[in-house]
Amino acid sequence: MPPMLQFLLSRLVKAVLVLGVVVILNFLLIHAAPGDPATVMAGEAGAADQAFVDQLRTQFGLDQPLYVQLGTYVGHIVQGDLGFSFRQQRPVADLLLERLPATVVLTLSAFVLALVGGVALGLLAALNVGKWADSAITVVALLSYATPIYWVGLMLVLVFSVNLGWLPAFGYETIGAGYSGVEKLADIGSHMFLPVVTLGLFYMAVYTRMMRASALEVASMDFVKTARAKGQTEWNIVTRHVLRNAILPILTVAGIQAGQLIGGSILVESVFAWPGLGRLTFDAVLQRDYQVLLGVFFVTSVLVIAFNILTDLLYVLIDPRVEITT
Amino acid sequence: MTRDFLLAFARNKGAVIGLAIVAVIILMAVFADVLYPQDPWDMVGLPFAPPMTDGMLMGSDMLGRDIAAGIVHGARVSLLIGLTSTLAAVFIGVLIGAIAGYYGGWLGDLLMRFTELFQTIPNFVLVVVIVAIFTPSLTSIVTAIALVSWAPLARLVRGEVLSLRSREFVQAAVTCGQSNGTIIVKQILPNCLSPIIVSASLMVATAILLESSLSFLGLGDPNAMSWGFMVGSARTVLRQAWWMSFFPGVAILVTVLGLNLIGEGLNDAFNPRLRRKRTA
Repeated sequence: MPPMLQFLLSRLVKAVLVLGVVVILNFLLIHAAPGDPATVMAGEAGAADQAFVDQLRTQFGLDQPLYVQLGTYVGHIVQGDLGFSFRQQRPVADLLLERLPATVVLTLSAFVLALVGGVALGLLAALNVGKWADSAITVVALLSYATPIYWVGLMLVLVFSVNLGWLPAFGYETIGAGYSGVEKLADIGSHMFLPVVTLGLFYMAVYTRMMRASALEVASMDFVKTARAKGQTEWNIVTRHVLRNAILPILTVAGIQAGQLIGGSILVESVFAWPGLGRLTFDAVLQRDYQVLLGVFFVTSVLVIAFNILTDLLYVLIDPRVEITT
Repeated sequence: MTRDFLLAFARNKGAVIGLAIVAVIILMAVFADVLYPQDPWDMVGLPFAPPMTDGMLMGSDMLGRDIAAGIVHGARVSLLIGLTSTLAAVFIGVLIGAIAGYYGGWLGDLLMRFTELFQTIPNFVLVVVIVAIFTPSLTSIVTAIALVSWAPLARLVRGEVLSLRSREFVQAAVTCGQSNGTIIVKQILPNCLSPIIVSASLMVATAILLESSLSFLGLGDPNAMSWGFMVGSARTVLRQAWWMSFFPGVAILVTVLGLNLIGEGLNDAFNPRLRRKRTA
C-alpha cells in the first residue's frame, strides 16, 4: 500500500474512534440533562399534554432500554440525521451545513494568519534577541495572550468601525448592495478583516512565543555553526536551517490547539454576527436549543480532525525526514 | 534551595509585577464589601453616566449600576471559579497521569488514548454544551471547565512519573516494601511538584478566560456579577458607551496577564539552568 493511502486510512480509523466517543458523549449528555427528553421536546414543540408526551416517547423510542436507544441514535447519525430543531423547524444537519462554509473560511484564514505571523514575528524576535524589536514583540505577544478574544473584537470594532469608520462592524457582506465579481469579493474581504484579525491575534501570540524559544534553541545547534563555517549567507542560514527546524514544534502545537481555535470562532462570530457555526451556537444557547448545540459539538469535532490531518501533512512537507505513518 | 528559589523569582521583573497584580486583585475580592458595600446589581446613579461623572469612577451601565462596583465584586467570581476548577482539574490530571505513568502497560495506553481524546475535542464547545444543558450555576461551570482542562496536565505528569519511576530512590522504596500508592504519593509526586505548580498557575489564568467567555455568551451564574457578563451585556450599546465594556475587559486582561507572569516566573525559578541558557 502506498504510504499516503496508509496514512489517510489510519487517520480515518482514528477519526471514526474520536467521533464515536463524541457521539456517545452527546447521547449521555442528552440523557443526563435535567428533565425527561420527551417533556423537553414537547416543550420545544410548544405542546405539553400527556398524550403528546407519550406519543413522543414511543415515536423516539424513549421507552426502550438505554443501549437500544444508543444504537438508534448512532444509526441516525451514520445516516447524517443529527436531529430536528423545533425552534427553527428544520433538521439540525441542514442548519449546520448551511453555516459550515463561513466558519471554515474564518478559521482557516485566522489559522494561516496566526501561523505565518507568529512564525515571522517569533523568528524576528529570536534574531534580534535582547534588542528593542525583541522586547516589543515579546510584550505585545504577552498582552495578546492574556486578552479575552471577544473583548479584542469589541475594541477593534470601537476603533476601526465606530471611530474611524474604515471597516464594517458586522455581517458577511453589505446587505442589498448588489455587488458582483471583484466588488463582491472586496466587500466580503472587508467584512472578514476584523473577525480574522481578532481570532488570529491570540494564536499568533501563542505561536510567536513558541517560535522565539524554538528558534533560539535551534540557532545554538552545531549544524547552524557548520553552515556558518561553510560560508553560507546569513539569509540562507536563517531560512534553510533555522526556520525549517524551528517551525516543527510549532506545527505540533498548532495541530493540538486546532480545537481551541474553532472554539474561539464561536466567540468571534457572535461578536461580529458572522453567519457561521459560532453564531448558530450563540442563538442556540439563547434559545436553549440542545439539538443544535450537540450538532455543533459533533461538527466542530469533525473540523478539528480535518485540521489535525492538515497540520500533519504540512509537517511532512517541511520535514522530509518524517514519513507519513501513524 | 528555597532561598535560591525566592531569589530567582524575585530577580524576575515580570514575575514580581505579576505577583503585585494578583495581590491587588485578591485584596479587591476580599474587601469588595468594604470598598463597595452596596449590591453591585443595585441602581446607584443615572444610567449611561460616563466615567468620572455622578461620583462613579468608571461610569454606570444601562441600568445605572456602578461599573467599578461590578469590577470589584466580579473579582470574587473570577478568582473563585479560576481556583476551584483548577484544583479539580489538577486532581483529575495528576491522578490519571500518575496511574498511566506508574503502571504503564495497557492501562497506561488506554488512559493516554482517553487523554488525547479530551485534548482533541473542541474544548470551548464542550464547555458551552455542558453548561447550557445543566443550566448555568457555579457548580456546572466549575465542572465543565475542570473537565476540559485536565488533559494537558495528565500528559505532563505521566511523562514526569515515567522518568522518575526507574530512578534509584524509587527502586529503593520498592525494595523496602512500600506499597505502590505510598510510592506514588510520597516518593514520586513530591519530585514532580514544580512542573505541576507551574501548569496550575497557568491553568487558573485559562480558567478565568473560559469563565469570562461563558458569561459573555450569557452562560454565567445568573446570581453572580462577573466581568464577562458585564462586557457581554454592554456590547449592544458599544457605540454609545464604550466604558461599559472597556473596563471589565481590562480587568480580565490584567488578571490573566498577572497570572501568566507568575507562571513564567515560577517556571524560570524552578529551572535555573534553562533560564540561563535562554538569556545567553
